[in-house]
Amino acid sequence: MAVLLLAEVNNGELALDATAKAVTAARALGDVTVLAAGASAAAAGEAAAKIDGVAKVLVAEDASLGHRMAEPTAALIVSLAGDYSHIVAPATTDAKNVMPRVAALLDVMVISDASGVVDADTFERPIYAGNAVQTVKSLDTTKVITFRTSTFDAAGEGGSAAVETIGAADNPGLSEWVEDKVAASDRPELTSAGVVVSGGRGVGSEEDFALIEKLADKLGAAVGASRAAVDSGYAPNDWQVGQTGKVVAPELYVAVGISGAIQHLAGMKDSKIIVAINKDEEAPIFQVADFGLVADLFEAVPALTDAL
Amino acid sequence: MKVLVPVKRVIDYNVKVRVKADGSGVDLANVKMSMNPFDEIAVEEAIRLKEADKADEVVVVSIGVKQAQETLRTALAMGADRAILVNAADDVHTDIEPLAVAKILKAIVDEEQPGLVLAGKQAIDNDMNATGQMLSALLGWSQGTFASELDIDGDKAVVTREVDGGLQTIKVNMPAIVTVDLRLNEPRYASLPNIMKAKKKPLDEKTAADYGVDTSPRLEVVKTTEPATRAPGIIVGSVDELVSKLKEAGAV
Repeated sequence: MAVLLLAEVNNGELALDATAKAVTAARALGDVTVLAAGASAAAAGEAAAKIDGVAKVLVAEDASLGHRMAEPTAALIVSLAGDYSHIVAPATTDAKNVMPRVAALLDVMVISDASGVVDADTFERPIYAGNAVQTVKSLDTTKVITFRTSTFDAAGEGGSAAVETIGAADNPGLSEWVEDKVAASDRPELTSAGVVVSGGRGVGSEEDFALIEKLADKLGAAVGASRAAVDSGYAPNDWQVGQTGKVVAPELYVAVGISGAIQHLAGMKDSKIIVAINKDEEAPIFQVADFGLVADLFEAVPALTDAL
Repeated sequence: MKVLVPVKRVIDYNVKVRVKADGSGVDLANVKMSMNPFDEIAVEEAIRLKEADKADEVVVVSIGVKQAQETLRTALAMGADRAILVNAADDVHTDIEPLAVAKILKAIVDEEQPGLVLAGKQAIDNDMNATGQMLSALLGWSQGTFASELDIDGDKAVVTREVDGGLQTIKVNMPAIVTVDLRLNEPRYASLPNIMKAKKKPLDEKTAADYGVDTSPRLEVVKTTEPATRAPGIIVGSVDELVSKLKEAGAV
């Protein structure tokens, strides 16, 4: 069986961690061909060729593919689909935008956010914000799947797959890119960071989020936030961890001033070690924490930052 | 312009989900059900477009069991003009897959000819995040997913999207499918007089067969299980104790 894997490419660069994790899931299904698509994608393709377990890389460069607009990207994947039993991608927002469109064009269901591979037709996926795990067997001839990256280890490097350049499909011309607002940060990327420090509504303001950021910087961590903190304007949307935000599983997750709503737990409860700091000892976050500290975060967090 | 909003009846987001002991699914008997929270945001946005004279009619659709009528009445009480209920299941445990839902919605779009479809980005039960994209594919329309801002400007819509790196703004041709994220708006509560008025608003009943759509699943559910639980942790007494525990565990 043959697998086509849509690489995560941002501005011509391969998102190695997300792509390599999806390769781990995909190689259990068959020979993996990686598709690197973008306005510039050659460098991303070269990087993908080095991932262990990648048999072949296809590079498609075209202005229409520049910002991963759903319609031209889906058209490209559909034009290649005939050669593959599985079409997969890491479950990023880009892939979640594109893959259901691909599936519908192929008249098959999509399997979103798969967290486990049982066999070539059968997959596990969390439902109800991770409060249940469903095992589904696909009856479709082509399987279209996004893989939840937090549950797969990244494939190593050392491969040397052949790279082939291909053309784009016709751009349906339905939409155009206007702008990206991406905050520049020296911190690790949230979904691949080894340590994540997250703040919740308890932090109280955008200014006081600096406390969270200081602790994060001391730990070399990425910064996350609960939905309540993002909704309140304390933190930007791309920091949100949870059912509808990012799903993370770092070695260490520090939850500060986060009560632990179900939808937040959905995004972090697979972390190896969870620390919770909250002044409310009844907060549900303590039920998933390995180490809980019932304390005022405005005293505990600076003290912790100093003590580390 | 007519705006079509699909809404789904799901377990209320405050209810604790219980997996049935026989592994056959999640227990939905005698459980409080509500409108999918993302769909509420879509309904609200459609009503605001009407209030801003950018839309002249808001039609809500629900596909599922007959009890979804309550969900449609909620949308009508919020301010939608009329509703279409597509009876596609007898058992509340039957989840119609996004592909079949998209096919039924395509047939309704062909009939109703809306200028915009506003949908929730995902349903909080199956967490698929697929119906809007699938409908867009079947119609050959543009898609603007995960919207946190929407501005309709003639035959184009400017959509700001919540993406992994931050925000992306795109301009899509109308007609379009826009799926909404959490921060697009805060849905209103229906007032008592509006709840009463909603009972008199038109609600058409159809079946999946009326649209010639086969809703049999493509994904066979083999089993549904509880997620792995975490071993209980400990409460530490001080920051110093926390630091020493983290050092013992090799976490810092």
